Amino acid sequence: MSGRTGVSTAFEKARAEGRAALVGYLPAGYPTVDGSIEALKVMVEAGCDVIEIGLPYSDPVMDGPTIQAAAQQALEGGIRTKDVLRVVEAVAATGAPTLVMTYWNPIEHYGGASRRIDGHSGVERFARDLASAGGAGLITPDLTPDSAGEWIAAADEHDLDKVFLVAPSSTPERIALTTAASRGFVYATAVMGVTGARTTTSDLAGPLVERTRATTELPIGVGLGVSNGDQAAEIAAYADGVIVGSAFVRTLLDHEGDLDAGLAALRALTEDLAGGVRRA
Amino acid sequence: MTTTTKYDADELGYFGDTWGGRFMPEALVAALDELTVAWQEAMADPEFVDSFEAICREYAGTPSLLYHAERLSAQVGARVLLKREDLNHTGAHKIRNVLGQALLTKRMGKTRVIAETGAGQHGVASATAAAYFDLDCTVYMGAVDTRRQALNVARMQLLGAKVVPVESGSATLKDAINEALRDWVASVDHTAYLFGTAAGPHPFPSMVRDFTRGIGDEARAQCLEQYGALPDAIAACVGGGSNAIGLFTAFLDDESVEIHGFEPGGDGVETGRHAATIHAGDAGVLHGARTYVLQDEDGQTIESHSISAGLDYPGVGPQHAHLAATGRATYTPVTDAEAMEALALLSRTEGIIPAIESAHALHGGLEVARRLGQEKGPDATVVINLSGRGDKDMGTAIEWFGLGDAEEGPEADLPIEGGEQ
Ligand SMILES: Cc1ncc(COP(=O)(O)O)c(C=O)c1O
Repeated sequence: MSGRTGVSTAFEKARAEGRAALVGYLPAGYPTVDGSIEALKVMVEAGCDVIEIGLPYSDPVMDGPTIQAAAQQALEGGIRTKDVLRVVEAVAATGAPTLVMTYWNPIEHYGGASRRIDGHSGVERFARDLASAGGAGLITPDLTPDSAGEWIAAADEHDLDKVFLVAPSSTPERIALTTAASRGFVYATAVMGVTGARTTTSDLAGPLVERTRATTELPIGVGLGVSNGDQAAEIAAYADGVIVGSAFVRTLLDHEGDLDAGLAALRALTEDLAGGVRRA
Repeated sequence: MTTTTKYDADELGYFGDTWGGRFMPEALVAALDELTVAWQEAMADPEFVDSFEAICREYAGTPSLLYHAERLSAQVGARVLLKREDLNHTGAHKIRNVLGQALLTKRMGKTRVIAETGAGQHGVASATAAAYFDLDCTVYMGAVDTRRQALNVARMQLLGAKVVPVESGSATLKDAINEALRDWVASVDHTAYLFGTAAGPHPFPSMVRDFTRGIGDEARAQCLEQYGALPDAIAACVGGGSNAIGLFTAFLDDESVEIHGFEPGGDGVETGRHAATIHAGDAGVLHGARTYVLQDEDGQTIESHSISAGLDYPGVGPQHAHLAATGRATYTPVTDAEAMEALALLSRTEGIIPAIESAHALHGGLEVARRLGQEKGPDATVVINLSGRGDKDMGTAIEWFGLGDAEEGPEADLPIEGGEQ
């Protein structure tokens, strides 16, 4: 476990530099397990401060067509949860704090835990294996703190970050509940909708960050829809982190079959975004 | 209608501490909370309950008959009573649920509804309710299913609904639910999600139960009135579980009544091609609830298989998981072949063509009736929920039995065993 970095370190470093952190997402296993490792390493080299690795899931209700397409290909390629942990290990070894972003069932069911009636779930075991792979924690888009007792206990036990989401529709009470349960940073979803790059940034994000900030000292990252440096700069003006997912995935999808070209484009996009978070 | 049972959920939507709950994106939590409050207030408001009952009675045709199937009864040696939900408007129990949810949508001041559908039965019911209540309606349907069920697509369109084919994932019912949820995340301020079964996040399992429990309330009263006693057993098919929980609820606290759910056994559970979620699935979280799920070692959902599109779902309503875990109800798989045989049997014996979904309940219910007839004699009584009619399934029946060619003569030779029992 030594050498494992939580995400707060990266946010502190960015804050010390007077800028927002750049948080980059890709699903593990797209285009292949090794291909995703290469791509994520390029993102780290080119300026991502924090990495989110998506665990592909059969029923991704929060994802738009872009991430769905890549995750589905990863599943068709046969990716397993243990492969995702291998990607985590390889990326965390670069020193970049590395989170896993996942729907809940694969964690609850980790290791084939069956709980046919009330046996043991896989949550504790996953937390242990994630920590020993060097992972920083989990982002849980379909798990809210009020349903997360088991995960919160396991994360606390293994010193993992717990990144929960707040949304424009969250009430003040729910924002307070969410930030109180979070560790690492708080994920503010800038739009009411699924993942996917958007041409304009949302006017819902600013007020949400403000409402969230009123309840916590934790850094706040804003995601859903960011696709270029200018949008990143806009968000970096009021948020502590700019989260980018679909735009990275889109870049790889656009160069399907030519990983080198995909990686070059990925590097260029990362540099543009990294410039954006420094421009605010 | 608001009476409670020992098997209800707690206020967070957990049945027996484990099953159900709400595993959903934060973006939808405010809407689910709003819906929970609106539903609870509506159920406590006699005016709402009265208008729901009036619409069901005057528009949908409830209470449905409790029909004594005498010829079937003679064959199995016990009294077989069929709850005729197939006679409801739009041909299934599903109309009760959508009328309740659409009435609630009106009360909440929302103007648009969305729904998912597998075979199209819930989609048609939703489009019907939307037409009746003048609501905008979009129905998500797996692309595989829009091709299999073109007639139902046309019915929905005629009723004024927009049908969106879903190409993602396996392009079937579970993916249609995913897509409807994606729509809802972006439209929740003016849109209600008319969920098609007693599954999903709290409050859907309990709310859908409230809107379908008329099936059992009626059947219990009809049975007492017509026979002076409760039935010995009740039976329903279980897809997501709405017709089953609708029948079961009134009887849950009647400890003398056996409760049987019949799950789609597909080609046979041992083949892996089935949708017998409780019988063969593991506990997990799917579509917002902890329940039994067909899943692999990594918790990825496994595609289900059933000849009946309405039962072809890899999850099940969480209250059924609870009823199974507590032993209050028993869930048993029925194969495609057994269901189709029961479909032919009912058609030829009673002149009623049931939905293939309902034929699963029929096969299983008749087995129970045979056993009870032997144990208790011919007055043993079994209520079987005939959740829908078979018109929508004629394409499947034509293929399965090789029907439709007039040259073959009027008396196609169907493989029915019933007669010689
Ligand atoms: C006639 C009929 N019965 C049963 C079902 C299964 O649904 P549930 O288990 O929610 O009753 C369907 C679903 O389409 C149906 O059309």
